Amino acid sequence: MIRIEGLGVIFGKGARAVHAVRDVSFSVDAGESFGLVGESGSGKSTVLRAIAGLTPGWTGGMQVDGIALGPKRETAFHKHLQMVFQDPYGSLHPRHTVNDILSEPLIIHKMDQHETRILAALDEVGLGASFRFRYPHQLSGGQRQRIAIARALILEPRVVLLDEPTSALDVSVQAEILNLLVRLREDRGLTYVMVSHNLAVVAHLCERIAVMNRGQFVEEMTAGQLRAGKPAHGYTSQLLTASKGYDREAIAAFVEFE
Amino acid sequence: MTDPRSKPLLKVRNLSVNFTTPRGVVEAVRNISFDVGQERLGIVGESGSGKSQTGRAILGLTHGRGKVTADEMTFDGIDLAQADTATMRAVRGDRISMIMQDPRYSLNPVMTVGEQIAEAYLAHSNAGRREAKRRALEMLVTVRIREPEKVYNLYPHEVSGGMGQRIMIAMMLIPDPDMIIADEPTSALDVTVQLQVLALLDDMVRERGMGLILISHDLQLVASFCDRVLVMYGGQIMETLDADKLNEAQHPYTRGLLNCLPTIEGTSGELPVLERDPAWMNIGGGDA
Repeated sequence: MIRIEGLGVIFGKGARAVHAVRDVSFSVDAGESFGLVGESGSGKSTVLRAIAGLTPGWTGGMQVDGIALGPKRETAFHKHLQMVFQDPYGSLHPRHTVNDILSEPLIIHKMDQHETRILAALDEVGLGASFRFRYPHQLSGGQRQRIAIARALILEPRVVLLDEPTSALDVSVQAEILNLLVRLREDRGLTYVMVSHNLAVVAHLCERIAVMNRGQFVEEMTAGQLRAGKPAHGYTSQLLTASKGYDREAIAAFVEFE
Repeated sequence: MTDPRSKPLLKVRNLSVNFTTPRGVVEAVRNISFDVGQERLGIVGESGSGKSQTGRAILGLTHGRGKVTADEMTFDGIDLAQADTATMRAVRGDRISMIMQDPRYSLNPVMTVGEQIAEAYLAHSNAGRREAKRRALEMLVTVRIREPEKVYNLYPHEVSGGMGQRIMIAMMLIPDPDMIIADEPTSALDVTVQLQVLALLDDMVRERGMGLILISHDLQLVASFCDRVLVMYGGQIMETLDADKLNEAQHPYTRGLLNCLPTIEGTSGELPVLERDPAWMNIGGGDA
């Protein structure tokens, strides 16, 4: 479904150029869910944004559903590939009602039956029709993220890009959103590419996981290999140790990876 | 370590924080009582549980409309509940310091980080500028910053998140306080950096015999770091646990929080969802 070959992204020019992503290649089959893990600045979100067409000036090759991607995306492309962002407080227009937010993609893609589709989308993300005319400030963080997911799904996409979809939420709400994402993928046969700094969240949702550091893939493995606690690379083992909680001796042994 | 309860530094009895809003009174903290000695005490809870308001109330930093009441809130013989502004100014920073969540918002953007640390020292002593600079440089070394001379002259936007938080810690430690309240000090940082900053805080607390209150939403992290943990929900303390007995937690809220976390070892099935019991809002109330 998705094939990325030798993707590179450079921000800035000349001496101040920052090589955010270097030579990243991976592929995701239809119905599969692929996770990108790394610390801040590792380039994981940039990869996702490049696929979505939000990062200009990338190099390399990208294919979605067999079609090579150019520097500009057709409107029709976005019908099949949608993105859910990290911050449900920042990604919804504060002066648009839920109805406005969910209508906008339908208008852009000239789809019919707005009312039916909006009600179905709300129902699917576990919110009822009573939420249709609310403003974002009348919703909790978890409800906002459900609206953001509904906005992505209302176009019936085949691929959904998830950029830290639960990191701004409390753990109890995170569990609800993760359950929702698992269920939607099963119901609709969606393909996910998910970015997260949280190994446990990625291991929960994804079958295959790539670890990134300084713009490059450190290693790619299956969730099973991660669960078995046998990463091949030292950087991944360090991340794994760090995610297990505070351990004074382990911390003293931490090193910087170039 | 001695039993923290034998000589509490901070004693809080029936602390409440209420906010009057156009829609009625919001009870952010409801009648909570606890002691803190020379130990690492964790306060955990979800957003809105009142954990941050508890930390702020101790230092008299509650926002304008909030009303703080307590039967007793004493720190080393000083009555914080009745203290006037001048007394509180003397306590803040000098005796009890607070480390905030995000160094990007807590540091002054138009002042070099070194000057800010020196300023914290000058505010609490009669030393001269030269002495303050010397102490600030020493402090940068203490918080494990390489090339302190260079970092002294950097502005906050020129340092990384982890370094910014070390600078905040340096600033809070320079007046040599007896207690530190750290409100989500590492939530904005990457996991490895987060642990390195905590390790630093841990060493400081041990070496200087300070008390530490660590406020966090991360139950696992707090349990692995602290000696004792208070679990808060709806402005109340649900239960107090010895950190190493976290997995023996009895309260359904604590259990629920632990269960809804995905684990690396776990399977990819449905995660249990926290069912909230309205009865939790009424336990341990006023006279319990």
